[in-house]
Amino acid sequence: MNRLSAENVTLAYDQRVIAEQLSVEIPDHSFTVIVGPNACGKSTLLRALSRMLRPSAGRVLLDGQAIQSMPAKKVARTLGLLPQTAVAPDGITVADLVGRGRYPHQGLLRQWSAEDERVVQESMRQTGVAELADRYVDELSGGQRQRVWIAMALAQQTPLLLLDEPTTYLDIQHQIDVLDLCAELHEEQGRTLVAVLHDLNHAARYATHLIALRGGKVIAEGAPGDIVTADLVEEVFGLRCQVIDDPETGTPLVVPAARKARLTAAS
Amino acid sequence: MKTHSRSRAVRTPGGLSVRLDPRALTVVVLLLVAAGAAGVALIGTGDAKIPAADVLRTLAGNGTAYQDFIVNELRLPRVLVGLLVGACLGLGGALFQSISRNPLGSPDVLGLSQGSTAGALIVIVLLSGSASQVTVGALAGGLATGLAVYLLAWKQGVHGYRMVLVGIGVNAVMTAVNGYLLTKADLVDAARAVVWMTGSLNGRDWEQVWPLLTLCAVLVPLVLVNARGLRMMEMGDDISNALGVRVQWVRLLLMVSAVLLTAAATAAAGPVSFVALTAPQLARRLTRSPGPNLVPSLCMGATLLVAADWASQRAFGADQLPVGVVTGVLGGVYLLWLLVTERRAGRI
Repeated sequence: MNRLSAENVTLAYDQRVIAEQLSVEIPDHSFTVIVGPNACGKSTLLRALSRMLRPSAGRVLLDGQAIQSMPAKKVARTLGLLPQTAVAPDGITVADLVGRGRYPHQGLLRQWSAEDERVVQESMRQTGVAELADRYVDELSGGQRQRVWIAMALAQQTPLLLLDEPTTYLDIQHQIDVLDLCAELHEEQGRTLVAVLHDLNHAARYATHLIALRGGKVIAEGAPGDIVTADLVEEVFGLRCQVIDDPETGTPLVVPAARKARLTAAS
Repeated sequence: MKTHSRSRAVRTPGGLSVRLDPRALTVVVLLLVAAGAAGVALIGTGDAKIPAADVLRTLAGNGTAYQDFIVNELRLPRVLVGLLVGACLGLGGALFQSISRNPLGSPDVLGLSQGSTAGALIVIVLLSGSASQVTVGALAGGLATGLAVYLLAWKQGVHGYRMVLVGIGVNAVMTAVNGYLLTKADLVDAARAVVWMTGSLNGRDWEQVWPLLTLCAVLVPLVLVNARGLRMMEMGDDISNALGVRVQWVRLLLMVSAVLLTAAATAAAGPVSFVALTAPQLARRLTRSPGPNLVPSLCMGATLLVAADWASQRAFGADQLPVGVVTGVLGGVYLLWLLVTERRAGRI
């Protein structure tokens, strides 16, 4: 059995239902990417998986237990989340921010162990921000800042790590940079990663397991090479396209049909 | 290699460790010294002036009977009330500002002081109550207002900006209520009400010291135990939840503590304006440390209030100018400066 899954969950904000009877399994040791059009419920699903949103029906299971009923710190030592909404406090240094990821391992009388120190160093090294340790987070570029946040999530030392649109607001070079880092964490450390991504081609290139959502329902899931076809893209995103082999990696590459071709097809 | 953090960890062989920021520690020690010095100076100030050395000797129990009466019976309780009120306001303000993630989210702006005033005025004007009943009224008014702000701002968790806006609305309503109550009052009650409303330490004695001290003895440790969660919450609700902080619970507990601290301080000394707003900001600028800076804010509040009381007595003579006027003038100027710099930084 996989460590993290959602069982027949209904997800709603107030009365607005986003998804009903939704079930997903996150394969252990996978780099799972959730894709879908805007408002398909992908971020909502991620919020439910990370217990930020309590399902109005069904349940999310972590290691066989309902995640909502587990002690908060225990969950936080197993499952990490990097939300889009994280704010760096004014005047905090990189090392201090990364250090805050150690919270679930600390207590009132165990505030900063030698192990905490070691893990923070290690997390900063893995994400390439060790030389920025003394800098203020406000002074960093968007790409550097995202690396620092990922370092903070790594310092939490969780076997499962969830990332909500980690590449948003970054330029193409930094997007690839962050995705490479995720792939590294996944391959070298065997962590299970779950990310919501907007760019289908990035998803197809980096994911080992893809979940395509539309209207709160899973339309397809599996390895990108197996499921990404022109028909699927049209079904999920409503976009006519060709799917060719990525000349660099051989993974599926989605090329939207030219405007004229789409217009003729529509008429 | 060492982590380049300003904090230093102190560890025991048993695996216990405490994190200390040397700069914040220095600030706390200096503020305590300053508060003590201002307290001693304040005790020595008045119609009967007593040199600092004599004050210290008398506090240690070696003064003359005359000095003992003036120092230990008349003036020490007043200084202690001042220190405690300042500490409560400083800590309460730091909690509110951290929870709302906004320097303007302090009890003065959120209408708590006006709520306490309304409670006090109801007792003075409508019920013609005694001094201790006024205290109870002020406490009840502050608590009710805090509850109202929390409930009105609550929508799947309290958000900082909404809390500030709701608080400003509540503040306006309570100000109107207070204005109405004053017009209903006869001359004697109105005079009594106005004196209460400026915030003053005049005539405070041991009866005010004990309840405040008890409240602080319970709430300060409770708050400090939960301070680590509050530090995480500065980064946002989602990420602190993800780190294992029980955000809603910690926030409710700390909000209730902050309301109690502020309401108790206001009940004891009247609405001493702006200490809750300025103390955390000044403390933060001294420690230059992120985080809620709870202990430095507490010390800063105590120092500010006693220093302001001493300054007003020195400049205007004994018991002429209530301390609330001094903190109001200083705090008002500071608030303007804060608004201007926040606007430049694009935050409001």
